[in-house]
Amino acid sequence: MSPVIEVRNLTRRYARRDVEALRGVSFDVDAGQRFGIVGESGSGKSTLVRLLAALDRPTSGTVSFAGRRIDNVPERKLGFLRSSMQIVFQDPMGSLDPRMRVRDIISEPLGRRSPERVASLLEAVGLPAEAASRYPHQFSGGQRQRISIARALAPNPSVLLADEPVSALDVSVRAQILDLLARLVAEFSLTLVFVSHDLGVVRHVCDRVAVMRRGEIVEIGAVEDVYETPQHEYTRELLAAAPNLRAELARLSGGSAENA
Amino acid sequence: MTLMVEGLRVADLVRDVSFFLGAGERVGLIGESGSGKSLTALSIMGLLPDELRATGSVRLNDRELLGASERELSRLRGNGLSMVFQEPMTALNPAMRVGRQVTEPFRVHGRRGRPADELLAAVGLPGTARAYPHQLSGGQRQRVVLAMALANEPSLLICDEPTTALDVTVQAQILSLIKGSLAEDAALLFITHDLAVVASVCERVLVMLDGEIVERGSTRAVLTTPQHEYTKALLAASDLEALGESRGARPPAGAWGSAPEDGASR
Repeated sequence: MSPVIEVRNLTRRYARRDVEALRGVSFDVDAGQRFGIVGESGSGKSTLVRLLAALDRPTSGTVSFAGRRIDNVPERKLGFLRSSMQIVFQDPMGSLDPRMRVRDIISEPLGRRSPERVASLLEAVGLPAEAASRYPHQFSGGQRQRISIARALAPNPSVLLADEPVSALDVSVRAQILDLLARLVAEFSLTLVFVSHDLGVVRHVCDRVAVMRRGEIVEIGAVEDVYETPQHEYTRELLAAAPNLRAELARLSGGSAENA
Repeated sequence: MTLMVEGLRVADLVRDVSFFLGAGERVGLIGESGSGKSLTALSIMGLLPDELRATGSVRLNDRELLGASERELSRLRGNGLSMVFQEPMTALNPAMRVGRQVTEPFRVHGRRGRPADELLAAVGLPGTARAYPHQLSGGQRQRVVLAMALANEPSLLICDEPTTALDVTVQAQILSLIKGSLAEDAALLFITHDLAVVASVCERVLVMLDGEIVERGSTRAVLTTPQHEYTKALLAASDLEALGESRGARPPAGAWGSAPEDGASR
């Protein structure tokens, strides 16, 4: 089976600022994969997300979705992509129209009103049916992210592109949203592309991971391999720098993480 | 140096908060957004928004800070008492070279201080004195803020989520810088929502929930044998590795489905 997303030698240069945001990135995402992209600020994650979603054009290289090029196609011919791929952004407040009711937000990608569909989507993301008639500001950060996810699921996408979806949330809420995403990906047989600066979160959610630095993928592989036996110096550095609760607890309790 | 907070109350947002900080102690204040962590810190600094008033008592070396005049507080801030905020860009003056900003605590307090280059070099930023904040990265800006906070060798440093906006590798550098550059007898109040960070920095920890301290003790005791339901749930939610093993861990009380703004994004 051919991959859902094929990226080949992708480069993106921002000429005005003379920045090479992407410097020859290639990878495949297979159907049903949970593909993580991890990197620090300036690594090119956000540029890559924009290109995967055809919200920007590369300087060179290609992006294909389900076997069709999307990097050189005018917007009016991207209908297939717009319904098959949906994005969940970092800041739910910034990505939800504050003057629309939740039911209108969720049904907007459908292009028609469908109270039944809205109700079933709200249920899928764990929100009460009454939420439909309320406005985004009436919800907490975690609840708003649930609304964004419901909207993303509305057109029955095959690919969910999540760009730092839990970075602005508290830890307990973060855990709930991650669990929700994992459940929905399984339930709706989605392919997930999950972008984050947080190694722990990527490890929790993904089965494959690409580590980016300065516009390049320095390491790519199965999550377990990359985390257990990182090959690239930078991956090792990142892993060492990330605060690890288990390791700290083990240190505090004198060597045994198990009785933590 | 001693800081004694007793019966601190800010409207309904912080209720009956009491704790003590001795010389050389590093204490963590953990909890979620809206739990009252930052208001507690701002009450100590005398920086609460105009519409909020703190009652109770905050004593620094037996000197009452609540109700102290702005003049008196100004003399303390950036001197005996300093603070590092989460977002370095808003904490710095965008129109002033960083060299001039780091030496501001000296000028404000009428001291003869060390040269800017020396202060900046101490936080790993040699030769940046002529730069403006926008020319530096987020981590570099936070170093500048830290250099300012440390300029007058404060006896109490309050850090409010100082690394939340930073990359992990930069976070590690800033944390070791904070740990390494405080005077031995200076106290640290470290606010964070990251349990791994608190475990690596602090020896004692206070857990806040809905405006109250619900658990306190040595970092080791609180994080390895938590007593309060909320602390247990927070630990469970923070340990993503364990979450993967047992899906559907219970969310902390009040984290979900309560007041609309509860747990809102930062």
